[in-house]
Amino acid sequence: MNPVKRLEIVDPERCVGCQLCMYACERRFGDAGFARSAILVRSVGGVERGFTVIVCRACQDPPCAKVCPTGALTPRDGGGVTLNPSKCIGCGFCVESCPIGAIFWNYEVNKPIICTYCGYCVEFCPHGVLRLGEVKGE
Amino acid sequence: MNPRDPLSRVLYIDLEHRRFWTRDRRDLFERWLGGTGVAIQLLKEELPRDADPLSPKNVIVFAVGPLTATYPFGSKTVAMFKSPLTGNLGESHAGGRSATSIRLAGYGAIVIKGASDTPIYLVVDESGAYFRDASALWGITSTLTVGRILREATLGQGYRSIMRIGRAGERLVRYAAVMTETYRHFGRLGLGAVFGSKKLKAIVIRGGGSVPIYDKREYREVYKQVFELAVKSDLMKKYHDLGTPMNILPLNKIGALPTRNLTSARFEEAEKISGERIAEEKLGRRLACSNCPIACIHLAALKEPYPDEPYFYKTTFISYDYEPIYALGTMLGISDIDGLLKLLDVVEVYGLDAMSTGVCLAWATEAFQRGIITRRETIVELKWGDYENYIKAAVNIVDQPNEFYEVLAKGVEKASERYGGREFALSFGGNEMPGYHTGYGAHIGFLIGSRHSHLDCAGYSLDQKLKEPLPPRELVERLIEEESWRQILSSLVVCFFARGIYKPEMVVKALKTLGYDYDVDGLRDLGREIYEEKQRLKHELGFKPEALRPPERVLETESPHGTLKIEYFDEALKVYREMLSRIISQG
Repeated sequence: MNPVKRLEIVDPERCVGCQLCMYACERRFGDAGFARSAILVRSVGGVERGFTVIVCRACQDPPCAKVCPTGALTPRDGGGVTLNPSKCIGCGFCVESCPIGAIFWNYEVNKPIICTYCGYCVEFCPHGVLRLGEVKGE
Repeated sequence: MNPRDPLSRVLYIDLEHRRFWTRDRRDLFERWLGGTGVAIQLLKEELPRDADPLSPKNVIVFAVGPLTATYPFGSKTVAMFKSPLTGNLGESHAGGRSATSIRLAGYGAIVIKGASDTPIYLVVDESGAYFRDASALWGITSTLTVGRILREATLGQGYRSIMRIGRAGERLVRYAAVMTETYRHFGRLGLGAVFGSKKLKAIVIRGGGSVPIYDKREYREVYKQVFELAVKSDLMKKYHDLGTPMNILPLNKIGALPTRNLTSARFEEAEKISGERIAEEKLGRRLACSNCPIACIHLAALKEPYPDEPYFYKTTFISYDYEPIYALGTMLGISDIDGLLKLLDVVEVYGLDAMSTGVCLAWATEAFQRGIITRRETIVELKWGDYENYIKAAVNIVDQPNEFYEVLAKGVEKASERYGGREFALSFGGNEMPGYHTGYGAHIGFLIGSRHSHLDCAGYSLDQKLKEPLPPRELVERLIEEESWRQILSSLVVCFFARGIYKPEMVVKALKTLGYDYDVDGLRDLGREIYEEKQRLKHELGFKPEALRPPERVLETESPHGTLKIEYFDEALKVYREMLSRIISQG
């Protein structure tokens, strides 16, 4: 089996807040902006204090899958989750269950935005903040 | 343009009646792209030509363009208004997150009219504008505190921009700035005072949406090309490493760094406040505007002990750039890094324009030394290098405790008209001088540029490329050609620092993915048309090109091109006036 990928934050102190990762995530769909972006860069109480990067860390035992009432979110082998949108009823429990706030909301379709661990954002991080890593067993 | 692109939506806000509405202005965005091009047209529609800049009749336009939020470096907002400093067209550009927030909230422009009778702030999102009471924010000493409060009071972390004024704007200092994301500014020409006159303390813009792209496959490709040019070539690296302060030493070396009110063009202690030195000793963090891979914003970390307790420190992050170091450093003879940073911090906290403040204080210092004014006027003794007193004087410009500071808060031209010393008041068309004494290109650029800014036509850059000055006519033509192309850059709107990447061919390619069909010639023609529209608006606002002349000081202090001759200026300005009257008669 191929190793399972996930996004890793190498060092948030290197982040300059350019948000290129967020734009890259939206560009997966060919558009510009943030509406379907699964990653968020925000300041830690003002830009002078630096930034925090919020993205799914591909938990081994994901709480979001546990609270999903319809089985739309299912644990992925090796860590993280996959979303079956046709099963999702848009209840938003997954958003509430994620303690790091890494599940975002697509208001257009009223369903969660789930990181697919594709690593497209990493290609556009100019300052070595992000890396596509492999999930290691615990 | 792409019919699904929300860029053509314009949000109109009436502060007096607390009303807002949106209109689709496809007509304007199809014809004039966005940014500067569209802002001129909106201002032409909305601004009564005789409006007092500090009256409710003044209008503020914020505009972004097709490349905003879609391409790297599309991170600047263009603000247009009537300037309370010059009484003519005010135009100021700021980075940060305001541009992408406006665009991703689904607007191409915001028009603000009227005035509130009590302090308010606005929250703008995709559904429109909310009017919120700002009485409790009015009079707060620091713009940083205002930002902190609004961060807590509003939603949208990571997707928003917080524009605000400081006490300088409230007190109508004619060169008060609007700050955004703490460290970026609509610095020049007094937008802060226009906010203040409208009792508008802040605007929070929340935009987390997206822009549908016309040709998605090609878009991803061209985006990647721009990105790779930015990060893999040397076109932008210098802006990341040292940032704009990289210019201190080279300009000093060639004798083009205005020092002590331009009594000299070399600062013997330049090394102490150079980009290299500040980076080595103080650089604490770099920041980027949204969608910019470069991160040219440099913050110094200033660690200061509290006097009342041992081992108790505060660390302040202070942004520094070439222009503030020139205006508040070399122009005031300050070579102490900590002192300079403290002065920069005060200017930031109160929301003053760093360049105008520095030039005003430099004039005041020379006037004080010559005995034209005394302690009765200045209250504190003004002496080159004495940053502690300059901090007090900067606060006095805001507080205006006497008539002298009331006048100084109106700019160096007004101050020198009232007290004398016009020959060493470094004003160009009513705006305080930028930091380049490189030659004719720079100074004629300051005079004839639409904003009287070094960024209008980059004459300072031309000066440094040329061994010999061009004939006056050719110089004026070159400057106007550059300014015309920059109208395209500021209509797209991309950062001028990325002009090496956004060559005409690249602009054509990027626009194509967004559903625009331009060729290089078409873009150049449009740039000239926008330039001409701007000149016609300036004319209607009462611009008097015949009143333009360089300050005598510029002719006295040697430049890298030798001592500058008034005859050259006269000839160049004559050529400029001819061109201008041709443009105006064609209107």
